[in-house]
Amino acid sequence: MHLYTLQTLRFCSSAIMMRIKTPKNGRVRRELEKRAPKLVETGKKTLILQGTKTSGTLNGVLSEIYHLKKGGAVRFTRKNDNIRPFESGGETSLEFFSLKTDCSLFVYGSHSKKRPNNLVIGRMYDHHVYDLVEVGVENFKSIESFNYDKKMAPRVGSKPFIAFVGEGFENVDELKHLKEVLLDLLRGEVVENINLAGVDRAYVCTAISSNKVYLTHCALRLKKSGTVVPRMELVEVGPSMDLVVRRHRLPNEGLRKEAMRTAKDQPKKKIKNVSSDAIEGTIGKIYIPDQKVGDVALPNKAKGVKRERREAKKKEANERASKKQKEESE
Amino acid sequence: MAKRYIVNDGKLFKRGLSGIRLRRLSGDEAMEVMHQSHAGTLAEHQGGLWVCKKLICLLAASRGKVKMEMETQKPFQVDVGNLLAFNPFHNFSSLPTSRDELVKECLEEGTKLIQAVADSLFNLPSTEDVDGPLVKLPPPTTKLPREKHLPKPKPPTKWEEFAKKKGIKKRKKDKVVWDEQTGTWKRRFGYDRVNDDKDIPIIEAKMTDEPGEDPFAKRQDDKKKRVEKQEKNRLQNLKQAAKLGALPSHVQLAATALPITGTQAPPKKVTKDELGNVAGMAATSTASGGKFDRKLPGEKPAKKQGKHRKFLPVIEGSGIGSREKEQTENVLNKLISKHSHGILNVGKAVTMYNVKKEKKARNRKNQEGKSSSTSNKLKPKKQLHKKAAKKGPESSKKRKAK
Repeated sequence: MHLYTLQTLRFCSSAIMMRIKTPKNGRVRRELEKRAPKLVETGKKTLILQGTKTSGTLNGVLSEIYHLKKGGAVRFTRKNDNIRPFESGGETSLEFFSLKTDCSLFVYGSHSKKRPNNLVIGRMYDHHVYDLVEVGVENFKSIESFNYDKKMAPRVGSKPFIAFVGEGFENVDELKHLKEVLLDLLRGEVVENINLAGVDRAYVCTAISSNKVYLTHCALRLKKSGTVVPRMELVEVGPSMDLVVRRHRLPNEGLRKEAMRTAKDQPKKKIKNVSSDAIEGTIGKIYIPDQKVGDVALPNKAKGVKRERREAKKKEANERASKKQKEESE
Repeated sequence: MAKRYIVNDGKLFKRGLSGIRLRRLSGDEAMEVMHQSHAGTLAEHQGGLWVCKKLICLLAASRGKVKMEMETQKPFQVDVGNLLAFNPFHNFSSLPTSRDELVKECLEEGTKLIQAVADSLFNLPSTEDVDGPLVKLPPPTTKLPREKHLPKPKPPTKWEEFAKKKGIKKRKKDKVVWDEQTGTWKRRFGYDRVNDDKDIPIIEAKMTDEPGEDPFAKRQDDKKKRVEKQEKNRLQNLKQAAKLGALPSHVQLAATALPITGTQAPPKKVTKDELGNVAGMAATSTASGGKFDRKLPGEKPAKKQGKHRKFLPVIEGSGIGSREKEQTENVLNKLISKHSHGILNVGKAVTMYNVKKEKKARNRKNQEGKSSSTSNKLKPKKQLHKKAAKKGPESSKKRKAK
């Protein structure tokens, strides 16, 4: 009897009833397509959130990072006490948020006695934690504390120049990792065409010592020089801070290999109404809409509208009127 | 003015307008340059313009040399696609004392790097646009990890596999088709389509047809079956795709309820109240000796706790015991009160009794006319029972009165 019941259960589990769910809204369908994995990826969105305790400087840092990345960032203002990025169980909440907001970069700020002004910058692959870098923020100067000519302020969403200075970025493991993560965080969208009149910001990161990095955001001034290439001048505008590397976690080798894979062949975009022939070469088709012959305005003005006709008619009318008057008077 | 000159390895460099450092030519070198420009292949009398051009060429060559020298000293890693520049050769031999000095030095180094990127950026071929010159960036050279996995290609559906095997090719079908019946162009599918079921006026009977069958209904049933089969096939194809992880982005497969019984029909949807009742019943049934199961965190307490019916205590106490007396008193008062006709309609009861009596008399007369031997024994007995049941108190009263 028991065996029989087990078999029926197995049969039932294989015949799970499923139904197909498709969105009834065009808006929802478009959103889902935006979030689907693509062959060539555009910009990553950043999630900025904080832990149970934050200091004043840390609040400033988080809000300024959000301001710098206005177009592609999501800011959470509530405190999350169940997020501990470096512990094995403390990442579930982060992954859930990343899934819901479709963000693959996150910046998590927290403050404690052991780790003051702590910032954890991390990346996600398929909405699971890929790698993490923990830095401490020192000597933070906010945007308001800089005096500069407001006309030169960089516009929101412009593509920045990024400069890394220092041999530490090449030799020290942690700084190498930090360089990669900072590049991912600061670069914004990957674009094909760029307007040369619109380059107006630059990030400069210098490795001061083997674990300290000085990061600053500057506006660019393009000065005239003799050639096509203008002379660059940097003016410190935005936030500047010292980042002290504390901990970091590199991705597993297998995961890293999978994430670094790129698609070799891209499908050729089909151009409509263009075909190629072996004999004639490229042929294009042009579709012209039907001509409505009756509705088109005539180039020659209608007879009745011409001035001479009008005046002649008026004269006739006047003559008739005068004739009538004469007859009446007679 | 002194800013324009920079000393580097014992050689004096002047910062030219284009940003490239021009090497100060010594006297001998200048002579050599002049000599080369004036001599050369055509050592004839040359005009000023020609000399100028030659000088420019030589300068360019020397500039190239200068550039090479500069590059070997400090090669930057430039990635134009990302607008990134990296200088791996700089180090702070001694940390500058003040913060301002540090900042200044960092900015200087940064400027150099950004100038290098701008050099390559502005030299790219540009097209004129409304806002400004538009430049096509090369793809970035620094590799960064992806944020999502590579999209997997959709596996071929069962029909596609079959078509490939048999060599069936897709033929492009027109959206509009000529309709013979109405004499217009109609859609192939959708609203107001060509061969709709409702447009068929007559279906001719065939020899194989059964007499009682409705051919129109049969057509509709066939169509329904075809549609169901197609839906089932589509689900199978999507399940196969989901197994390989290649489900299209707008489709989700949701599991419906598992059939617990032997049949394939899924159980009905249970409402919240029903579930609550069932849960309560299960809780009371699993309990024994007054001990209930432990509640899970977040579970709300049962709605109706304890007994549903309230029985009054047997022992008469001061306040509680008199309730039973009250209850019985109330019932009696209602029945034997002056206004008892409100509860029991005496007139109606009398008329009912009379009607029944007349009916019985009529039935007897009919039966005597039709057949003599009928089961009369049963009928009066039935009537007796009915009478007794309906007018309980009245009959009891009558008996009492009698």
